[in-house]
Amino acid sequence: MKIGVFICHCGSNIAGTVDCAAVAERASTYPDVVYATDIMYACAEPGQDAIIAAIKKHGLTGVVVASCTPRMHEPTFRKAVERAGVNRYMFEMANIREHVSWIGKDIEANTNKAAELVRMAAAKLRLDRELKPKSFPVTKRLLVIGGGVAGIQAALDAADAGLEVVMVEKQPTIGGKMAKLDKTFPTVDCSSCILGPRMVDVAQHPNITLYAYAELEEVSGYVGNFDVKIRKKATYVDWDKCTGCGLCTEKCPSKKSYDRFNEGVGPTTAIIIPFPQAIPKKASIEREYCRQFNKGKCGVCAKVCPTGAVNYEMQDETVEVKVGGIVAATGYDLVDWKVYSEYGGGRYPDVVTSLQYERMLSASGPTGGHVKRPSDGTEPVNVVFVQCVGSRDPSIGRPYCSGFCCMYTAKQAILTKDHIPGSQSYVFYMDIRSPGKGYDEFTRRVQEEYGARYVRGRVSMIYPKGGKLMVRGADTLMGTQVEVEADLVVLAVGAEASANSSALAEKLRISYDGYGFFMEGHPKLKPVETNTAGVFLAGSCQGLKDIPSSVAQGSAAAAKALGLLSRDMLDSDPQIASVSVNRCVGCRKCIEVCPFKAIQEVDMRGQPKAEVIETVCQGCGLCNATCPQGAIQLSHFTDNQILAEVEALCRF
Amino acid sequence: MSSINVGYFPGCSGLGTSMEYERSTRAVCRELGIGLREIPDWNCCGSTPAHSTDSALSAALASRVFAQGENAGIGDVITPCPSCLKNLRVALEHMEDPLFSARVEALTERPLKMQHSIRSVLQVMVEDVGTERIRGRVRRSLKGLKVVPYYGCLMTRPEKVMRFDDPENPVALDRLLEALGAEVLPFPLKTDCCGGSFSIPSRKVTPRLAGRILDMAGEVGADLVVVACPLCQMNLDLRQGQIRAGGIDRVLPVPYFTQLMARAFALPEADAAFNKLVEDIEPAFACMQRRAADIEAEERKAAAAEAEKARLAAERAAKAAEKAKDAGPDGAGAKSAGAKKTKGKADAGGGDV
Repeated sequence: MKIGVFICHCGSNIAGTVDCAAVAERASTYPDVVYATDIMYACAEPGQDAIIAAIKKHGLTGVVVASCTPRMHEPTFRKAVERAGVNRYMFEMANIREHVSWIGKDIEANTNKAAELVRMAAAKLRLDRELKPKSFPVTKRLLVIGGGVAGIQAALDAADAGLEVVMVEKQPTIGGKMAKLDKTFPTVDCSSCILGPRMVDVAQHPNITLYAYAELEEVSGYVGNFDVKIRKKATYVDWDKCTGCGLCTEKCPSKKSYDRFNEGVGPTTAIIIPFPQAIPKKASIEREYCRQFNKGKCGVCAKVCPTGAVNYEMQDETVEVKVGGIVAATGYDLVDWKVYSEYGGGRYPDVVTSLQYERMLSASGPTGGHVKRPSDGTEPVNVVFVQCVGSRDPSIGRPYCSGFCCMYTAKQAILTKDHIPGSQSYVFYMDIRSPGKGYDEFTRRVQEEYGARYVRGRVSMIYPKGGKLMVRGADTLMGTQVEVEADLVVLAVGAEASANSSALAEKLRISYDGYGFFMEGHPKLKPVETNTAGVFLAGSCQGLKDIPSSVAQGSAAAAKALGLLSRDMLDSDPQIASVSVNRCVGCRKCIEVCPFKAIQEVDMRGQPKAEVIETVCQGCGLCNATCPQGAIQLSHFTDNQILAEVEALCRF
Repeated sequence: MSSINVGYFPGCSGLGTSMEYERSTRAVCRELGIGLREIPDWNCCGSTPAHSTDSALSAALASRVFAQGENAGIGDVITPCPSCLKNLRVALEHMEDPLFSARVEALTERPLKMQHSIRSVLQVMVEDVGTERIRGRVRRSLKGLKVVPYYGCLMTRPEKVMRFDDPENPVALDRLLEALGAEVLPFPLKTDCCGGSFSIPSRKVTPRLAGRILDMAGEVGADLVVVACPLCQMNLDLRQGQIRAGGIDRVLPVPYFTQLMARAFALPEADAAFNKLVEDIEPAFACMQRRAADIEAEERKAAAAEAEKARLAAERAAKAAEKAKDAGPDGAGAKSAGAKKTKGKADAGGGDV
């Protein structure tokens, strides 16, 4: 075997703390190494060309590149060696950047460690075998999880391009948070007017199947061929029969139910159609408020329903779907602001959240678009907005900026003036963050044209006094304390990853950060991909963002999914497990540990044996490590290769 | 938990401005079986004048207090004063750092050997004695008394040091006063600043801040403001003349919670020491008694109405049983009545059709 070794400087990233030339020199003494050199940027075009030229000139049959993490450039170099006629699996990478140069400043120690890592890579390469991928057919269907604006955009884009789309939404209607908004910034156009038609498109699109009030139960399989189980939660109304006439919601006697869609601004009934433009416009029963379920008698909705759609015996139902790709677009939730006892912790009715205020402003909301104090129904004059409630606050574990609160607060202050011309708005803020197209102008407009008084400082306390709310805070620009007598206080409550996002991430086998937001493949270059092939991200589940960015990411996710599913066949990764039937004793341990259900039991002349399903195996190596007989080997990571690496490192 | 034995640190104000707190605390503890062993020859806790000058000197004062306790075999200490509590506890926490503790020991020359803890009297009442046991001791309920609890700035804060109750909306004192029978009103300014020792640098600040608290207490309809801190008590009680001069026309007595406990436990008047308050508390008690009488009259009326209702119901049941006996010869009255009812319903259903 003829091995070539290339030590990358990565500019000064590696060369700053590693003597690359010395590493190359030492590498030239390793077994089978016939050529070793250092190189400025191995990944750049001249670098790749140099590797290709060296392969041709020296007749290399294997290549080691010592540079960054293989997550970054392994595919790049594999393609390069392949262009020079060498099998892409006759290539090894040594990570001397993340594992060496970036973590230590001692040049001598770093150089030694880098040389050792290269020695290990070369030792492994000597046992590499040429591998050839197999190809398998692709299921041309996309699953979109979440029917908010990001999910809607992804679904419509993919469906318009001809892909079959299955959308799963956990609420009884799609529309997400945007459907709850009255207007949108910075244009102050009606939210439901621009979102409504898109929602209708989802319902009517021949390529889209919508499962509302449903949740993802289980995902198995792999890119191109995921098997998905969807649990349709019991709505106690047969949606095939329901016409959405709303008679049941008028007659329901349980009129004190919590109105989830309207954020609890005013009560609703136990059987509901969330809002007039709901998609699907079907009724469902909230079991915890329903008299039929709680008291065992009522049945009013069943009696009045003209189509006999109500069915109290309905059970959850599971649907199984095969899809080729998945877009997660599960959005966000509001932070539980009630941890702030200094803001009343929920004790004062006239302290509301920004989302509750949206419902008050909305003409289709419970107050018919009239801003009223929840305590006595009167119209407020002084309205105080408090920003960063649950954002940029390390004391409650939410040190990040929610990103959109500055803008929606400015919008709400404008709408307040529109609704109540005699009103005066005050906005307590930390910094005004408005880096978007037309955004900063918008926050100027609310102050200059609409007369909102912006006070830079935090609110320390809100307390009731004589029917009003006293808002006490600091004005850090004036260096004084201020106290504003408010009729209504609106808290710009920050956002967090939606509840159970971590559980969903585990089902999808994608990573999530410390706050529960899903991790993109690369923070700059792979903003919609995940590290799990075939799973894409859109909207706030990846990180908080406003409507334009969510829509953009929805389209981007659709484009990525289309790119994947436009192919008829996909190459399978040949780095998979295989069973040596001579050694296998049929103990089934590998079958138990395999997280992908990729191993099955077969009968071989009356003996039970394990067999790997090649297209399902992801090459994780669990079975390999578990097998008590050493009967399972993982191609490209055989026991012998790993031992060779250990021996290269521990020579003495 | 029959008896508790702890070290006791009265603090300087206990010997002077808050004598009534000190006296009632000792009396109430005696009544509840809490044995207080005063630290022999104790000294200043190291409060404001000391800790604002030098943290090591301040901690040295606190450290000597604990060292004196060690001489008497005392490790766990309680104190009525939140300011003493904060200083003693902060000193203990700072001394967990070996460098700081070495500086303190160089000053005191008396390294601490025992494990020490310091808690407030209120915390012991709520956490160790418990409101149920306190309720059980009440002989003269405070029923009819409308109170607001005022915790001040230190009782629950800083949160990391005090580790007691909710820092912004504490309820421990609320629960304790309810156990005494008082009606506790929601009080939004329960942790607001009373003015502290601001009267020293600026005389105007304290009456303004204390006045705000009294004004809110009056507005929510309280008969009095209950406190747990000698400095709060002084600012709220002693300065009411200045507060009234500033335009806030409220007259409210400001007793310590231990004084109200002494009264509810029917301890001698000298133990409650209400005569030490500046604003007279007796009108509030008179008001309480009138209200209690009204409440009791209401309750008697309601009970009588309830009894009358029960009597009528029993009468009706008896009559019905009599009738059933007459109707059903075999004594299965209830059953036949049930059958009749079902039949009636079926008839009505038929009528609809």
